[in-house]
Formats: sequence, C-alpha cells, structure tokens
Amino acid sequence: MHIPDGYLGPYTYIAMWIIMIPIWYYAGKKLSVELRSKQVPLLALAAAFSFVIMMFNVPIPGGSTGHAVGGAIIGIVLGPWAAVIAITVALVLQALVFGDGGITAIAANCFNMAVVMPFVAYYIYKLISGSTEITSSRRVIASAVAGYVSLTLAAAVTGFEFGIQPILHHTAEGVPLYMPYPLSVTVPAMTLEHLFGFGILEALITALIFAYIQRTDTTILYGEKSIAQKKGRKGASVA
Amino acid sequence: MDKIIRNFAIGLVLLIILAPLGLLAVGETFGEWGNEELKEKFGLVPEGLEKLSGLWSAPLPDYAFPDSGDSMSVAAAAYILSAVIGVVICGGLLYFVGKKVAKD
Repeated sequence: MHIPDGYLGPYTYIAMWIIMIPIWYYAGKKLSVELRSKQVPLLALAAAFSFVIMMFNVPIPGGSTGHAVGGAIIGIVLGPWAAVIAITVALVLQALVFGDGGITAIAANCFNMAVVMPFVAYYIYKLISGSTEITSSRRVIASAVAGYVSLTLAAAVTGFEFGIQPILHHTAEGVPLYMPYPLSVTVPAMTLEHLFGFGILEALITALIFAYIQRTDTTILYGEKSIAQKKGRKGASVA
Repeated sequence: MDKIIRNFAIGLVLLIILAPLGLLAVGETFGEWGNEELKEKFGLVPEGLEKLSGLWSAPLPDYAFPDSGDSMSVAAAAYILSAVIGVVICGGLLYFVGKKVAKD
C-alpha cells in the first residue's frame, strides 16, 4: 500500500501534504499534552512494531503480495491521535532509508495508513464493544472487525488516489502522465486483495494482540485510565 | 505495565529474527511496479511517472544492499539489518522525544 514516487501527480500529492500538515500538528500537540511517562515505551514499541510488521510480505492467490500494517491495534491501544504519530514515524523512515513509498507520497501514505486506519479501527472497535466489560470476548471480535475493515478501507482510499490520476493528469492526446490505470481498475484491485487477503491477516494480528492485552494488563488501553487520572488532567486537554 | 512492555519487546525481537520470511513471498504489488514492469504491463511508462520515480535514491532500497546480487543469505541478512535499523530508529526516536515531552 506504499505509493511510490511518480504514481501520484502534483495535484494529489500536494493536496495530501496540505491535508496532513495540520493533522500532524494537532496529533503532536495532543500527544505533548496527554502523553504520560509510563506510556512512552508503548508508543516507541508501537512505531517499531508497525515498521517490522510491514516487512512481512505474504502472497495471496493471483500473484499479489502485501502485508498488514498494525495500524488497527495501535489505534485501539494508544488512541487514534497517538497512532498517527507512531505510524507516521515508521512510514517516513521506510520512505527515506528503504525507498518503500515515495518521498512526494509520504503525506498520502501517511493519510492512508496512519490516519484512515487507526481512526476507522478505533471507532469500529468502540462501536462494536459498546459498554461491554473490558475483558469481554465481544471486544476481541470488535478488534478483529476493526483490523479487517480499517485495512480494507485504507486500501480502497489508496485505490481512489491512484484511480483519479488519469483524470487529473494526461497529455493533450489523453495519454496518462502518472498512475495510468483508471478508478474502475485501481479501486477494485486494491480493495479486493485486502478484502480477501491482507485484511484477514490484519484482523488476526489485531485480535491476537488485543486478547493478549485483555489477559495481561488492560490498563494500557486508551481510554481505560483511572478516573483520578482523568480528573487531574481537566482543562489540560487541547481537545 | 512493565511486564507487558517486556513481553512486547520480546515479541518484537522474535519478529525481527523471523523477518526474512517476508522475503519468501514472490509476486507483484499493485501500484508499486518498477518502470520496466510497468512498461510490460501497460505498454508504456507515463512521462510524469518516469521523471518522478527517480527522485530519491534510498541507501537500502527495498530493505536490501544496493547491487548485492541474488544471494538469499545476503538478502536475509540485509532484511534483518533493515528491521533492526527500523526498530532502533522508530523506537529510539519516539522514546527520547516521548520522554522529553511526557508529563511526570
């Protein structure tokens, strides 16, 4: 899902930078206000985990390879705004040092994997979990669905960004200048391979880690802090 | 909390060691074709794409040493090294910046 340089034309990649800069700014601001010392190792581990899990390429029938992102579990555990920062760090390093994802496309890739994914995952998890006990098995299902839907949706958004290129940028004769395939190809291609392949992997990883946290220490989960902690922080939030 | 952090860290080390499994998957990734591959598929390399695609030369392109040949063991070593670099920089950066900005 890492868009390389050249696949997005300037209208799209510049627009994505304009969208991402305030998101990064707000996420950073929120983190600096809310981050507690005890959560720092978890934040560091999240970014490292996301980096490594994306290296696990898996094949799916049809000759494609792809990977999970880890964005769903990070969104659920750290909260979506902290997840933006953690996954962004991994994606920027992948682009700069390993050429995985383009330099011009950093903002687009961050939007798809570091914003769409954790936010969609977090709210799906919240919605399905409802007011169930933190140790409820319904929450494991919720995390799996969150992983599955969020990765597939992020892929569909990537497919959309690809597919609008021939409309936005072509020569006078209609020859495409960047990603040559139209929406009718890119959106189904990106969506289907994640729907039937990598989405299942993301769901498994998300549910597995979530179930492990349930059994070990649920206090690390975002929004599960003690009431005393919340009261002490009144007025400090930028939200 | 400390126990779970330690176990996550152990899990991460295992993932680094197992990372070369990710090299076994062969096939294309939609929208991440090289210029040659794209020419074969589509018939031409779009002009703008060709220009932009050479914009950046990453030091370890695709988690491999540049021009290192076909040796699988060299590829596996480069892959593990890449995972270590990724973990150390991502984790280290957020750890130190995090500790700086974190409350209490």
